[in-house]
Amino acid sequence: MDWPGIGQLALLVGLLTALTPLLGGYMARVFSGERVWLTPLLAPVERGALRLFGAEAERDQNWKRYGLSLLAFSAASWVVLYLILATQSIHPWNPQGLGAMPWDVNFNTTTSFVTNTNWQFYAGETTLSNFSQMAGLAVQNFVSAAVGIAVAIALIRGIVSRSGDSLGNFWRDLTRAILYILLPLSILATIFFISQGVIQNLSDYVRLTTLTGHEQVLGMGPNASQEAIKLIGTNGGGFFNVNSAMPFSNPSGLTNFVQVFLILLIPTALTATFGRMVGSRRQGWAIFAAMMALFLVAVVVVHLAESNGSPAQHLAGIAGGNMEGKETRFGISGSSLFAAVTTVASCGAVNAAMESLTGLGGAVPMANMMTGEVIFGGVGAGLYGMLMMVLLAVFLAGLMVGRTPEYLGKRIGAREVKLVAIAALATPLTMLAGSGLAMATKWGDPSIYNGGPQGFSETLYAYVSQAANNGSAFAGYTGFLQPNGDNVGAFGITFADLMGSAALFAGRFIPIIAILAVAGALAGKRVAPEGAGTFRTDNPTFVVLLIGVVLLVALLTFVPALLLGPIVQSLSEGLFA
Amino acid sequence: MNQAPTIFNPSTLATATLESVRKLDPRHVVKSPVMFVVEVSAVLITGIWVAQALGVSGSGVGDAPAWFSFTVAVLLWLTVLFANFAESVAEGRGKAQADALRSMRSDTQARMTDGTTRPAADLAQGDLVVVETGETIPGDGTIVEGIASVDESAITGESAPVIREAGGDRSAVTGGTRVLSDRIVVEITQQPGQSFLDRMIALIEGASRKKTPNEIALNILLAGLTIVFLAVVLTLAPFADYAGTPVSVVMLASLLIALIPTTIGALLPAIGIAGMDRLVRRNVLALSGRSVEASGDVDVLLLDKTGTITLGNRQAHEFVPMPGVSETDLAEAAQIASLADETPEGRSIVILAKQLGIREHDFGDAQPEFVPFTAETRMSGVDFAGNRLRKGAGDAILGWIESQGGRAPAELGPALERIAKDGGTPLAVSRDSQVLGVIHLKDVVKEGMSERFDQLRAMGIRTVMVTGDNPLTAAKIADEAGVDDFLAEATPEAKLELIRNEQSSGRMVAMTGDGTNDAPALAQADVGVAMNTGTQAAREAGNMVDLDSNPTKLIEIVEVGKQLLITRGALTTFSIANDVAKYFAILPAMFAATYALAGESEGPLASLNIMHLGTPESAILSALIFNALVIPALVPLALRGVSYRPVGATALLRRNLLIYGVGGLILPFVGIKLIDLIVHGIFGV
Repeated sequence: MDWPGIGQLALLVGLLTALTPLLGGYMARVFSGERVWLTPLLAPVERGALRLFGAEAERDQNWKRYGLSLLAFSAASWVVLYLILATQSIHPWNPQGLGAMPWDVNFNTTTSFVTNTNWQFYAGETTLSNFSQMAGLAVQNFVSAAVGIAVAIALIRGIVSRSGDSLGNFWRDLTRAILYILLPLSILATIFFISQGVIQNLSDYVRLTTLTGHEQVLGMGPNASQEAIKLIGTNGGGFFNVNSAMPFSNPSGLTNFVQVFLILLIPTALTATFGRMVGSRRQGWAIFAAMMALFLVAVVVVHLAESNGSPAQHLAGIAGGNMEGKETRFGISGSSLFAAVTTVASCGAVNAAMESLTGLGGAVPMANMMTGEVIFGGVGAGLYGMLMMVLLAVFLAGLMVGRTPEYLGKRIGAREVKLVAIAALATPLTMLAGSGLAMATKWGDPSIYNGGPQGFSETLYAYVSQAANNGSAFAGYTGFLQPNGDNVGAFGITFADLMGSAALFAGRFIPIIAILAVAGALAGKRVAPEGAGTFRTDNPTFVVLLIGVVLLVALLTFVPALLLGPIVQSLSEGLFA
Repeated sequence: MNQAPTIFNPSTLATATLESVRKLDPRHVVKSPVMFVVEVSAVLITGIWVAQALGVSGSGVGDAPAWFSFTVAVLLWLTVLFANFAESVAEGRGKAQADALRSMRSDTQARMTDGTTRPAADLAQGDLVVVETGETIPGDGTIVEGIASVDESAITGESAPVIREAGGDRSAVTGGTRVLSDRIVVEITQQPGQSFLDRMIALIEGASRKKTPNEIALNILLAGLTIVFLAVVLTLAPFADYAGTPVSVVMLASLLIALIPTTIGALLPAIGIAGMDRLVRRNVLALSGRSVEASGDVDVLLLDKTGTITLGNRQAHEFVPMPGVSETDLAEAAQIASLADETPEGRSIVILAKQLGIREHDFGDAQPEFVPFTAETRMSGVDFAGNRLRKGAGDAILGWIESQGGRAPAELGPALERIAKDGGTPLAVSRDSQVLGVIHLKDVVKEGMSERFDQLRAMGIRTVMVTGDNPLTAAKIADEAGVDDFLAEATPEAKLELIRNEQSSGRMVAMTGDGTNDAPALAQADVGVAMNTGTQAAREAGNMVDLDSNPTKLIEIVEVGKQLLITRGALTTFSIANDVAKYFAILPAMFAATYALAGESEGPLASLNIMHLGTPESAILSALIFNALVIPALVPLALRGVSYRPVGATALLRRNLLIYGVGGLILPFVGIKLIDLIVHGIFGV
């Protein structure tokens, strides 16, 4: 790795490590109902918001009520967002007069934003009005992120609880996550981005004639505020089609660094929230360490692969690494770091073309997502996903110390193993099923742009990304065609849109419900006191074990697919049409 | 029942082989989801081979050659057979013991108190039967009349006869044992067909084996993994098609079987049966598999002081003379007073006095008159030649000499107190109205106990000594023995209370007991081990019975429980770790030609063929052969159990991860390569 790459990475790791206990502790206080410095300002707002949700917001909820509230809220979110996008033609703030997108693309887009994925078959500036962006997508960027955090907190409460079956209250957790965490951070980030030149306006698009005499249209809009929550909430859906590669979104090396920092900020800090709430900060750091180790490997591999280029490039006489699809202002180090960060966290924002990564460089983002997004992962989702891996590791290896496996004093029995298996395996199974169906039925073929292993990688990436609720893409795989450059005459590829939606739903809600059920099963269980025979989950041996389990589950599931996609690509000197 | 473990003796081997064929019945195989998938695949591939042999097939894309289908089918059937074999061998080890027991049970005639006889099998609860010298006791029951010496070697392996008598804690008798002397009347307590012997036979044969909670959880995980691999293999078909190198159904099925955790799936039942069997070999009978598993989780051991921690009896340790009395004088008086005392304490006093040089006494003409111990006087002694020697509890002797007009010396009180504080029992000795001194009776802690407790502590298990002694004495002995805690002046109620308290704070408790008043506590404990010498009530309340009636065995039981869980975990880890090597063996060979450039026979993935296996076919066959052979190879380990060391959990985990995790990664690389050398090099596949 080069020095800028190492320097950036070191600074990023240092900052995140320093902020983890601070922000993590703050979030623990927020969700434990303790007073924080924002309380005087926000408590009245919170009370007002909770009154909207009625009596249900007042009570303690068991896992079923918590889950039902969550599903009801997500369903309502889905309907509202679908209707907003479908009625775009009558919105205000629609400078281009854009009509609605086709129903199937709308279906996919709505599902994508409600599931905190932000997979985009569409291009923002040629498809959506500013009202759709602000009232539709940005709102979901906040609430879907808050839902993820709420589930993580509910799971922690289940692990900690010693009596009763309460997991807290969904409506309260949702409201607090938005008011105390996402909004303040987003406001700060927005101000910073505006100061760096990220646009924030409701102007008409700018038409200009370039030096070469071509006419060009520049999209305008309220971008800085969308950027902030896109990163902080690990949403990833760009205001513009090229996402964070766009100078209006990510103008400089400095903003690029702040972007990757913001993506990882909450996911890293949540490990400390976990440690605080279970009463042992070491437990939080152990999870942090496992995630960090996997993350560092990912960054280094992408960076080395991209600096090295591919055999086919070498054959063509291209030296100096692979700059295809990368912005020169970020270079290989800034682009590699972003590619790794956006896929370990289930963000999906991109500042370079993932499709143009080398075979091995492209395998890493896929592999990151194939872990089920547990390497920091999405806000909340990363922590609860990783805790499922922890339970899996505890069950597998816990037997080897000669006791019925237990985690933080709670015995892991048949019911927990069943639910953990569902939660941990639903996402990988969805990824395989989606790509398998698309390939086997040939219905996926119209979406594929390239031939050879790259075409397969596009398909695999699409379903992996959607099931993992990541949202980044090998851009070749499409579900939306716009012959006229806007919504006039545009049509969707129904299979890609609906199969993708199925992957989005399955990858989000099956794990969430199973995880809430795990929390419910653990809540109120007797806590076995710790002793010399207790399997420890806060020491280096366990961190190594956890890393091993995460890798093994991902590898065993995806080695054949990776071999036939990115790996064969990275070894091949051939060019594929 | 203590015969040496014979894993592979010819006759059990033959039976096990027959059994493994019988167990191909899908209704049996379906109990293990992993093995069921293997059997279904075996049927499928056999079907394909038959079709190929008949010339029907040939329609599908990339069909495998017929010889290959045949070989794979054989290997898959072998895999299922090996799994069945492992289970049968484990069961077979118990069968021999069960047969011996069954022969004892047959055709005993019961003689009823009314003079009629009927077959033992027809006895019902509440029947009264008479058993005399030389007769076999027809069923489980309680002696209601008489006393007898009973030969219980048939169930305990212990040849010395034991005394059984009506009333008290030694009233239970077991059907199938033989009365050696005297006559007893037994009230039958069993239901027909539910005798101790019947249950023992069923348990040993594994007939009444239910899956334990932990086994169920593990099975769910294995089923989950199987589903994932099923998805991997099913989706690999279209992926491979797209890449232009389609894979035949036989190949895909072979890959599936190589990947699913067949090793642990095959050995799981054997591990469970062997765990029970290991207990039986230690003469412990677990009444459910669940309790064996629970014993690995025990956090607290309640151990009775007497007989477990200390030798059964107190021993005279020193003589403490009062001022003006010489030690020999006191010793001599104590010895004479104890001559007729046949209790171990009494004998130890005589021995201690002898060590001080005091020999046998000649009473001459004086007719010594021995005064036995009674509950009222709480002292014993002897009257001879006008001397009245007494020994007994401090206050009893005090009362006695005061009634004789004597006075206790001022030093008596402190001496008594000191001994009590030291954990001993003081016995005062008096002659007429004079207190001569005090005998210090001491509890002797068994040798090696404190090391045992250190080991238990390393395992994370707390030991609590339970004793009827006063807290002062108890604390001293607890300290000397090195237990973590003690319950003094223990009543059955206090014991029950202690267990409940420990359990409510999340701990699992194990205890031993033999008396009827132990029954509630035995029932409450997570692992309750009843002594076989105990009452029927105690044996019913516990979930294990120790035929040797050795309370120290609790520690071994815990070890067996832990071993059982460790063996399951270790073989699961091994099984999953194996998959990495199998991928490396199979996939590069399978896709060696994928995306080959024009004019070349090998594509980019051939460079990953680091194992350099002969051909895709030989790679698959080698992996399958390894997969099948590893099952019988690991049967001895499954039966013996992974060795357990009482070190901390982390050290244990690190060790087992290295052996079974890392070992499981490496071993198949070597194994598959060697097999491939034979398959490819010698047979030319």
